Amino acid sequence: MTRRAFLAAASTCVLALGVAACSSSGGSTTSAGGATGADATLTYWASNQGTSLDNDKQVLTPVLDAFTKQTGVKVNLEVIGWNDLQTRIQTAITSGSGPDVLNIGNTWASSLQATGAFLPYDSAAMTAIGGPDKFVKAALDTGGMAGQDPTSVPLYGLAYGLYYNKAMFTAAGLQPPTTWEEMVTAAKKLTVPAKQEYGFSLAAGSYTENVHFAFINGSQNGGAWFDAAGKPTFTSDANVQGVLRYLDLMQTDKVVNPSNAQYDNGTKSVNDFAAGKVAMILNQNNADSSIVSNGMKSDAYGVVPFPSPSGGQKIATFIAGINLSVMKSTKNKDAALSFVKFMTSPETQKTLDKPFSALPVLQGETPVFTDNAEEAKTFQDIYATMSKPLPLVAAEDQFESTVGKAMNALFAKVATGGTVSATDVKTALQDAQDQVTAATGG
Amino acid sequence: MATSTSSATSSAPTAARTAAPSTAGAGTTRPRRRRGRATSRDHKLLPYLLLAPAVVMELLIHILPMLVGIWMSFVRLTKFFLANWSAAPWAGLGNYRLALDINSSIGAKLFQSFLVTIGFSVAAVVLSWGLGMAAAVALQQPFRGRGIVRTLFLVPYALPAYAGILTWNFMLQRDTGLINHVLADNLHLTGDRPFWLLGNNAFTSLVVVAVWRLWPFAFLTIMAGLQSVPTELYEAASVDGAGNLRSWRSITLPSLRPVNIVLVLVLFLWTFSDFNTPYVLFGTAQPPAGDLVSFHIYNASFLTWNFGIGAAMSVLLLLFLMVLTAAYLVVTNRRSSRA
Repeated sequence: MTRRAFLAAASTCVLALGVAACSSSGGSTTSAGGATGADATLTYWASNQGTSLDNDKQVLTPVLDAFTKQTGVKVNLEVIGWNDLQTRIQTAITSGSGPDVLNIGNTWASSLQATGAFLPYDSAAMTAIGGPDKFVKAALDTGGMAGQDPTSVPLYGLAYGLYYNKAMFTAAGLQPPTTWEEMVTAAKKLTVPAKQEYGFSLAAGSYTENVHFAFINGSQNGGAWFDAAGKPTFTSDANVQGVLRYLDLMQTDKVVNPSNAQYDNGTKSVNDFAAGKVAMILNQNNADSSIVSNGMKSDAYGVVPFPSPSGGQKIATFIAGINLSVMKSTKNKDAALSFVKFMTSPETQKTLDKPFSALPVLQGETPVFTDNAEEAKTFQDIYATMSKPLPLVAAEDQFESTVGKAMNALFAKVATGGTVSATDVKTALQDAQDQVTAATGG
Repeated sequence: MATSTSSATSSAPTAARTAAPSTAGAGTTRPRRRRGRATSRDHKLLPYLLLAPAVVMELLIHILPMLVGIWMSFVRLTKFFLANWSAAPWAGLGNYRLALDINSSIGAKLFQSFLVTIGFSVAAVVLSWGLGMAAAVALQQPFRGRGIVRTLFLVPYALPAYAGILTWNFMLQRDTGLINHVLADNLHLTGDRPFWLLGNNAFTSLVVVAVWRLWPFAFLTIMAGLQSVPTELYEAASVDGAGNLRSWRSITLPSLRPVNIVLVLVLFLWTFSDFNTPYVLFGTAQPPAGDLVSFHIYNASFLTWNFGIGAAMSVLLLLFLMVLTAAYLVVTNRRSSRA
């Protein structure tokens, strides 16, 4: 490398990233075959869907090899954990050099669309990946803001369910709960703090999990987090009461081990559930593979929709899942689109839905993620009839991070012996709203 | 400001030109000149050429990003302009106003974080310096195995920061951590298992971990400083009947004064802008009691992708530390010139 080249590289790095470090893995590899797409190389960032990053790599590698065989396009795979994914995407957007194709949490779709860094799937691009009609409509609607070309398309569908331990419920003479009140009663009956047994385990230290339940519980009360103009309305009474109801599982109902305030990801509560320490967890259907890999048989647990309080709206989940986006900066647009087409083809979907425990995002497909027909039907029903999409607004990711962190702090306060009142919840949500307003220039 | 720098740069060549004739003779008598126009000016330029790579790299790696950061603090650099920075609208002092407005939640949180950081820095510096001093004095006299003890003391400083702090994170867990296992299960000192990484205990944990990481540095520096204190002084003092404490106060401390001035300053600057410790120790949790200002700025920027406000907070932090450092140096220098 000549000095001039080195200096040029260094200066571009500095200029592009400012204070961030130069990343050596971020750049997409350019190659000769950009126009035709043949013998090009794509960089693909996959999110962590399986039991570990390595597990993801093992599952995806044969699939990507099949794609290379079909098209001659090589794919460089990098699997990224959830704690880093958002920051990595952000850095890629800021520097203008990132992967060609990447997975995103579908709830970030509108926010990432607003950055202008992703390729819109206009009618030509949509045709290139097989047309919009192949997707389940509700899933495709998460691809971006209404009235604009989506910048992401669904890849894996996910929904929340209430997992319960059948043996524990039978031993206590309990039926699976259908209302919030029944759920709390059952949880209280199954909580024996002296034996370290609790009715529930929550990922109370994970801001992503927390914000999902802030949204779901608020929605059950008929609350909205944004108004029609896209302005945050976090502090409405419905939202405050919904958040408080969720916090009260630990605070007043005492059916959650206070230690859960340190559970910063869903895996920890899944482990507790599989080990028989807790009777119930709230998780997306991709928990199946983790539960089984932790040694619990798939017929030892059942799934029912997350219940709402009597008289509340029957919302048990948001439309969760993973979407697939192409960066605008890609040098291999055609190859990238053919890769998206391949990943969302029925064959690939069938191959991947099982190891990643995902719901189908294509029209007319049946779930293959579990052999348990009853469970498959329950999740399909939740996804299709009891779901509400998270707000499709540009500030959605900021809503997630600020409200989620606020709930982390509230749970921490409860766990360390403090009390949280409705006023405290309202203050915390107001702080979150101020941050979002400042960041969106509202 | 711009005018003063331009006049400074333009004065350098004129100085070189006026100085040129005096050395011109040397150039002309040189045998076998390759190029006809090699004049003394080449000699004048040589040191600058040798310095150039270092200056360029310093500009690229230090100065330029800093200037970019300062520019960022004056624009509304939110997510909408991440892919195209130049389009970010001018915010003037808007970001600063927001960061300094104690009545808004953002300003109030920053101020609270600032107070926590001051408390943390003072505690960490005092403890690190105290431990370092005690250890250095204890190891001043040779004894068997002194080398081994010295090495042991330096281990925390030699360990990679992340590995060390992550280990603390494991030990401080409520249910599975070693600390609670010893305190609650074996010694029964605490009734209920305390949380060490949430609530108010987070501050204690943070100080302990930071001191554990820093005190070996203080120990090393003071130990090096002690090498230069003549042993005759101590011998004379003990002949005069001074005890250990008295000779520490009257000989060790004054001799170490220059070392201590720099050491305390460096320790303070490091702890005040400590990012690694809270980042690794708390992960995605952000307990208010352990919310150090660097960590706070990181969260303020990356949590909502609002880099304008984060940059404004960073500039404020920089200004604060610069003013404080300048004041500290003025005060300590004045005192040492009086002494």
